[in-house]
Amino acid sequence: MLYRSHHPQATADLASAIATLVRKGDVVLLMGDMGSGKTVFAQAFARSLGVDEPVTSPTFTIVNTYSGSRWPVFHADLYRLDRRVEVADLALAELAEQGVLIVEWGEAAFDEVDGHLAVNFDSDPEAETIREIDISAVGQHWLQRVDRLEALVRELS
Amino acid sequence: MSPTQHDVGPETVVLGIETSCDETAAAVVLGGRDIISSVVSSQIDMHAEFGGVVPEVASRAHLESMNPVVRKALADAAIEPTRVDAVACTVGPGLIGALLVGVSSAKALSLAWNVPFVGVNHLEAHLYAGFLEDELLEFPLVVLLVSGGHTMIVEMRDHGDYSLLGSTIDDAAGEAFDKVARFLDLGYPGGPAIDRAATQGDPDAIRFPRAMMDDGLNFSFSGLKTSVMNHVRRHPDVDSLDVAASFQQAVVDVLVHKTFRAAREVGATGVVLGGGVAANSLLRSEMTAAGRSAGIRVSLPGREMCTDNAAMIGAAGWHRLRTVGASPLDIGAFPSMPLVTSGGHPDE
Repeated sequence: MLYRSHHPQATADLASAIATLVRKGDVVLLMGDMGSGKTVFAQAFARSLGVDEPVTSPTFTIVNTYSGSRWPVFHADLYRLDRRVEVADLALAELAEQGVLIVEWGEAAFDEVDGHLAVNFDSDPEAETIREIDISAVGQHWLQRVDRLEALVRELS
Repeated sequence: MSPTQHDVGPETVVLGIETSCDETAAAVVLGGRDIISSVVSSQIDMHAEFGGVVPEVASRAHLESMNPVVRKALADAAIEPTRVDAVACTVGPGLIGALLVGVSSAKALSLAWNVPFVGVNHLEAHLYAGFLEDELLEFPLVVLLVSGGHTMIVEMRDHGDYSLLGSTIDDAAGEAFDKVARFLDLGYPGGPAIDRAATQGDPDAIRFPRAMMDDGLNFSFSGLKTSVMNHVRRHPDVDSLDVAASFQQAVVDVLVHKTFRAAREVGATGVVLGGGVAANSLLRSEMTAAGRSAGIRVSLPGREMCTDNAAMIGAAGWHRLRTVGASPLDIGAFPSMPLVTSGGHPDE
């Protein structure tokens, strides 16, 4: 499903809405160019899961761990990892089992996790703040919630 | 023997071990101050050591580098393992898989050699890097720790007594350097690439935003990164060297301004730089100039001490052993360990 964000705040609102559907063990993979809104999404998502400290970029630290109100929230970034063996070493599936995992530059994690929500950010070169955000559910885990997800996105649009 | 009964003095030799992120490192430090040896995996020819694996964040890379790096640290120091009085190791913050390699190795060595094990906070260790190169530092100090993963201002009142005065709310300064360099196609690693390009550009060519300049001691660099990208997209013919110089000036202005505001607020006698970005030549010269006009001593450790290394772990371990004592062997690793005062570990 597609969502057109006109402003970073609209991207944050989408993340907060999606966070209301989240269960323990969920994985959200964020994909898109630098500056397309992945971190804005991850910050709002984590805040909505009860993380009250600043959510900073994990580009260099790779995985940041936060206490959410119900589960730990793991915020990962695979930007610096260019070999599959390095991604495999992070044991992302094991992290996800313990709480909720959100991954920036998430395309490298496709093979490492089972079901996930894929969120793809596309920038419009003509308009600096507009983003086309494409959301798709992969695997039974997320497919069960796709109707509610579509309703939420419709409501926001 | 209880943990606090260890005799810790100028002759105490600590083996430091660091595996929290990209580097596998080991060092031998005497008396918390003299670096006898310091080995970082990226510096040595691992190809010759074990056939071609370049150490990176992967824990199996740390595992493969661990023994060669420790062996080389002991060999470079020309000491027998029996001369080591304690083994100190980073227990957090960092990547769990990477941390566990160092922690397990350090505990094993501590058991095998029957010497204390000391768990060290990586961020706290960065504060000690300054002491390894500048013996004249006196408390209270303000430390600017600025790297790819961290940007923070810390007040250091005494050994083991710190307050975090400010930190980034989004991207670290080093990350902004890296991403802007990649965006401008200046090469990798981004810090040195921007530093070089900036010497040929005009720092006043573009007025990039100085976020939160007069708004507390926290930092924000995400907007600056976006602002650079938007400017280049809007002006495709802009000179990359001018962009690099103007971007670098914006980052350095904020770092220097906030560090010295913090120093004035807490009455610091000295300012210490740490982290990989501390190698930036503009940051070093502007810190020195600001220190001179404020009458505050500025300590700029060399590049090897600014980036991740194990000598700082050995030094911080020596101080911790002296003031807090050894750590129990059943402590784990703490991926999101905060910088806390008086060195309490989360499970102590």
